[in-house]
Amino acid sequence: MKIESRREQFDAPSLVERILSKLHIDIPLLISLLLISCLSFVVLYSAGSQDIELLVKQAIRVGLAFLLMAVLAHINPYQFKRYSALLFGIGIALLIAVLVMGHIGKGAQRWLDLGFFRFQPSEMIKITTPMMIAWYLADHALPLKTHQLLVSGVLILIPTLLIAKQPDLGTAILVASSGGAVLFFAGLSWRLIMAIFVSLSALTPVVWHYFLHDYQRARIITLLDPEADPLGKGYHIIQSKIAIGSGGIYGKGWLGSKQSELEFLPESSTDFIFAVFAEEFGLFGCLGLLVLYLLVIGRCLYIASQAQDTFSRLLAGSLAFTFFVYVFVNIGMVIGVLPVVGVPLPMISYGGTSVVTLLAGFGILMSIHTHKKFIPD
Amino acid sequence: MPRTLNFKDNPVESQLFLGRIISAFVIIVLLTVCLIVRLAYLQVVGHQHYATLAKENSIKIEPTVPSRGMIYDKRGNILAENAQTYSLELVPDQVSDLDNTLARLKQLLDIPDEKIEQFQRLRKRQKRFTSIPLIANLTDEELAKFAVARPYFHGVDAHVRQLRHYPYGDLAAHVVGYVGRINEEELKELPISEYRGSTYIGKLGVESSYETELHGKTGYSEIETNVQGRPLKTLKEVAPIAGSNLHLTLDIDLQKTAYDALEKYNGAVVAIEIETGGVLTFVSRPGFDPNPFVIGISGPAYQALQSSPDQPLYNRALRGLYPPGSTIKPFMALAGLEYNTVGVRQQLLCPGYYQLPNDSHRYRDWRKGGHGAVNVSEAVTQSCDVYFYRLAGMLGIDRIHAFLQQFGFGEKTGIDLMGEKSGLLPSREWKLSKKNQVWFPGETVITGIGQGYHQVTPLQLAKATATLANNGKIVTPHLVDKVVSDAVTKPSENNPKTTLPLKSANINTIIAAMVNVVHSNRGTARSIGLDINYQIAGKTGTAQVINIKQNASYNEHAIDFKQRDHALFISFAPADNPKIAVAVIAENGGHGGSVAAPIAAKVIKQYLSDKQTALP
Repeated sequence: MKIESRREQFDAPSLVERILSKLHIDIPLLISLLLISCLSFVVLYSAGSQDIELLVKQAIRVGLAFLLMAVLAHINPYQFKRYSALLFGIGIALLIAVLVMGHIGKGAQRWLDLGFFRFQPSEMIKITTPMMIAWYLADHALPLKTHQLLVSGVLILIPTLLIAKQPDLGTAILVASSGGAVLFFAGLSWRLIMAIFVSLSALTPVVWHYFLHDYQRARIITLLDPEADPLGKGYHIIQSKIAIGSGGIYGKGWLGSKQSELEFLPESSTDFIFAVFAEEFGLFGCLGLLVLYLLVIGRCLYIASQAQDTFSRLLAGSLAFTFFVYVFVNIGMVIGVLPVVGVPLPMISYGGTSVVTLLAGFGILMSIHTHKKFIPD
Repeated sequence: MPRTLNFKDNPVESQLFLGRIISAFVIIVLLTVCLIVRLAYLQVVGHQHYATLAKENSIKIEPTVPSRGMIYDKRGNILAENAQTYSLELVPDQVSDLDNTLARLKQLLDIPDEKIEQFQRLRKRQKRFTSIPLIANLTDEELAKFAVARPYFHGVDAHVRQLRHYPYGDLAAHVVGYVGRINEEELKELPISEYRGSTYIGKLGVESSYETELHGKTGYSEIETNVQGRPLKTLKEVAPIAGSNLHLTLDIDLQKTAYDALEKYNGAVVAIEIETGGVLTFVSRPGFDPNPFVIGISGPAYQALQSSPDQPLYNRALRGLYPPGSTIKPFMALAGLEYNTVGVRQQLLCPGYYQLPNDSHRYRDWRKGGHGAVNVSEAVTQSCDVYFYRLAGMLGIDRIHAFLQQFGFGEKTGIDLMGEKSGLLPSREWKLSKKNQVWFPGETVITGIGQGYHQVTPLQLAKATATLANNGKIVTPHLVDKVVSDAVTKPSENNPKTTLPLKSANINTIIAAMVNVVHSNRGTARSIGLDINYQIAGKTGTAQVINIKQNASYNEHAIDFKQRDHALFISFAPADNPKIAVAVIAENGGHGGSVAAPIAAKVIKQYLSDKQTALP
C-alpha cells in the first residue's frame, strides 16, 4: 500500500497530464497563454503607474476568463455547431438593440448594462460570426461555390456594418477578418482573392469622389495622417514612436519607461501598452513577445490541421488567424504603419472584455482538439 | 470540375485545407517580419534620433486652453465671468516629502483640513507629474506670505488661473448653473483633443447645455525643451479660439424681484415674454451659491445642501411636479367650449357638492353653500369646483387628455436646459400600462379641478398660459437669446411656431373670465388689480398636499406648515395685448389669491413699467 502511494507521487507529472486531458486542456496552448498573461502583469505594473489595485482587478478578470476557457473546452464541438445559427441570430439582435438604445440615449453605446457587468454584443459576435460561416459551409464539400460565397459575404457584412455604425471600427475590422478567414480556409480561390483586392482598390477613388461628404473625407485624412491632429490621436503616434525608438535594442529596463510616465499618454495601459513594452524591453523584448504570439498562433493552426470535420477546421483556422489580425492591427497602429483604430494588444492590454472573448476562443480550440472521438456527420 | 460526386471527398478536402493552413502560416510569418523590420527601423536605425527627442531636446506639445465664454443677462449684466486668481499648486512628483510639505504649508497659510483632504482626493485621480491645486483662490495676503517662503517649498508654486465666478450667487444658480472639475466619467465621453488642458466643464444650467459653445477651441504650441524640461523655443503655435458669449433672455432685476417676492415660501416663478418665448425670470427658491462648486465644494457643505429640508439644489421651476389645481380651469373651460360640450350662456347648478350616479361620495366645492347656477365665465372667475366636476364628466378623460396635451401638458417644453421633467397628463392608456388598472369615472371628476394624477412643472404652466394668451399660437420657452463669438453672432434658433385650431370667440370668453378673476369684485385675486391702468388676466389655484377626509374641514391654522396647500397663480398682461405670462407656485402658501397672485403682480408691474420707460 505504502509503496503504491509513493509510486503515484513519482508519477505525478503523468497524473497531472491525465487530469488535464480529462479536463480537455491543451498543455502547449495553456502554457504559452499563461506566459503571455504573466508578461501582461509585468508590463501593466509599469504602465499603470505601479498601481496594485489595478493589477488585482485585472487578475480577477483574467482568472475568470481562464475559467470560462476551461468550461468551453469541456463542451463537445458538435454542440457549438448545433447552436451556431441561434447564437449568431441572438448576437445580431443584441447589436441592433444596442444601436437602437444608443440612438434613444443620444450617444454611442456599445454595451448592455446587466447590473453586475456590462455586456458588449460586439464581443460575442467576434466568435459567433466565424461559427456561423463555418456552420453554413460545413455541410457541403469544399471548396466553396459562388452562391455560398455571396451568402457568406452578406452574413459577414451584417454584423460588420452594425458594429462600424456604433462606431467601433477596430471591432468591425476584426469581425470582418474573422469571417473572411473562414472563407479563405474554405478554399476561396486565389484568383478571386486577388480580384477582390483589385476591385476594392479600384472602387476606392470612385467612392472617395462621388459618395463621401467633405467632412467624411477630412475624417479619413486624419485617420491616415494622424500628425495632422497633434492634440488628438496624432499625439499618441508621435509619443509612441518616440517611446519605442528611444527603447533601442535592449530597452530601458523594467519600470524604466520615461515617456509613458512623463507625457500625458492616457491609453498607455490599454491600446498603446506596446509602446511602453517596447521602450522598457527594447527590440529583443519585442522579438520575444512576437515569438510567444507566433507560438500560440502556430499551435492553433496545428490544432486546426488536426481537426476531423469541416466545421471544426474552418472555425479553428479562423480563430487562429483572427488572433494574429488582433496582434498585427494593434502593433501596426502603435508603431505608426496602420491608422489608429481602437484595438487592444491581445492578452496584454488592460481591460476585461477582450480577454474574455479571446480565451473563450481558445476554449473552443481546446474543445476541438480534445474531443477527437467525435466522428463527423 | 473533378468534383461531381455527392458524398464528401475527405482526402481532397483535407489536402486543400492543409494547403491553406500552410499558406496562412506563411502570410502570418511574412507580416510579422514586416512588423519586425519596422521595429528595427525605429529601435536600431532611428534609436539615436528618438533617444535624443526623448532625453535631451524633447518637443513638448502644450495645449493652450481657450477662455470660457461669458454669460450676460438681457440688459448686459454679467451672470458668469472669468476671474483672474492665484492658485497654489503642488506637483507631487517634485515634492520630496509630501506630508511634511503639506504640514508646513498648513502652518504657513493656516489651511483648513478639508482643503487638504480635497487635495489628497484630487491627487489620487491625477498623474504624479501634474500640477494639483491646493488653494484655488489665494488672497493677496496669502500670496505675499507664500512668495517670501517660496524657496523653501520645492515643487510648490502659485499660478495665475482663470476661475469662474457667478456674481449673482444663488439668485440665478438654477438657470446659469456652474462649472466644476472634469471627472473621470466625463473624461471618457469627451473629445480628448478638444479638452486637453481643460480643467472645467459645465455641470448644470446653461453652463452645461451650451458647453460646446462656451468652451471654445483648444490651441497648442510645440515647444522645444531641454533636459530639465525648461522651454527653449516655441516651434509652432496655433492660437485657441475663445468660447462664445451667451446673451440670455433672462432679466436679472426682474429675477431678483420675483425671488424676493416669494419671501418665506419655497417655490418657483417663471415669466415668459409671449412674443419671443424668451424666459424673463426662472426662479427656484431657495437657490444655492454656485461659486463653491467651481473650486470643489467641501463634503460637509455639500451634505448640508443635500439634506436641507428646503432642498435648495432641487430646480423647482424645471423639475418640480405639482398638481395644477384650479389653474387648469381656464383650459378645461376652453375645452368645454371648443368641443361644444357647454354653451357660453349655459348654466350649471352648484349646490356645494357633486355626486356621481350610484355613488355616495361627495365631491365638495371650496365654498360650503355652493355658487348657485353659474355659466362658464362665472365658473372661471369664482373658481366654482362643481361646475368643473360636471364639465369633466361631460367631456370624458379622453377628450380632456387630447385637449390639454395640445398646450404642452405631459410633455417637455423644449427649453434649452438639461434635465427637464415632462410632468404627467393622465389618460386611460397611461393608467392601464403604468398602474395596470382601468380608468375610474371619479378620477375624471377630480381631473376637472386639477387634482388627482395630473402633475405639471411651473415651466409647463407658464408655457401653457403664454400659449393661451397668444391666441393658441404655441410659445416655446428658451433662455439663450444669442450666441456671440468673435466671428459670428448667431441668434438661437427659433422653433417653427404652430397655432392650435381654436375659435377666437372662445378664447376671448376665457380671457374675459380671467380678467374678472383680477378685476371684478367676485374674482379670487381682486386685491392685485387696483393700482394699474391696464388689465391683468389670471387664475388662482390651490393644490392639496394632504387629503381631507369626507365631512372633515380644512383648517389652515390647525395643521403643520409643511402640509398646507400649495398656492398657485397663472397670469398674463396686458389682457388686450399680452406681453408677459407668469406662473407662480408658493409651496405651502395656502391661498393662490392672497399669496401667489401678489408675487406675479409684482413681476408683471415691474416688467411693464420698465417697458414703458424704455419706449420713447
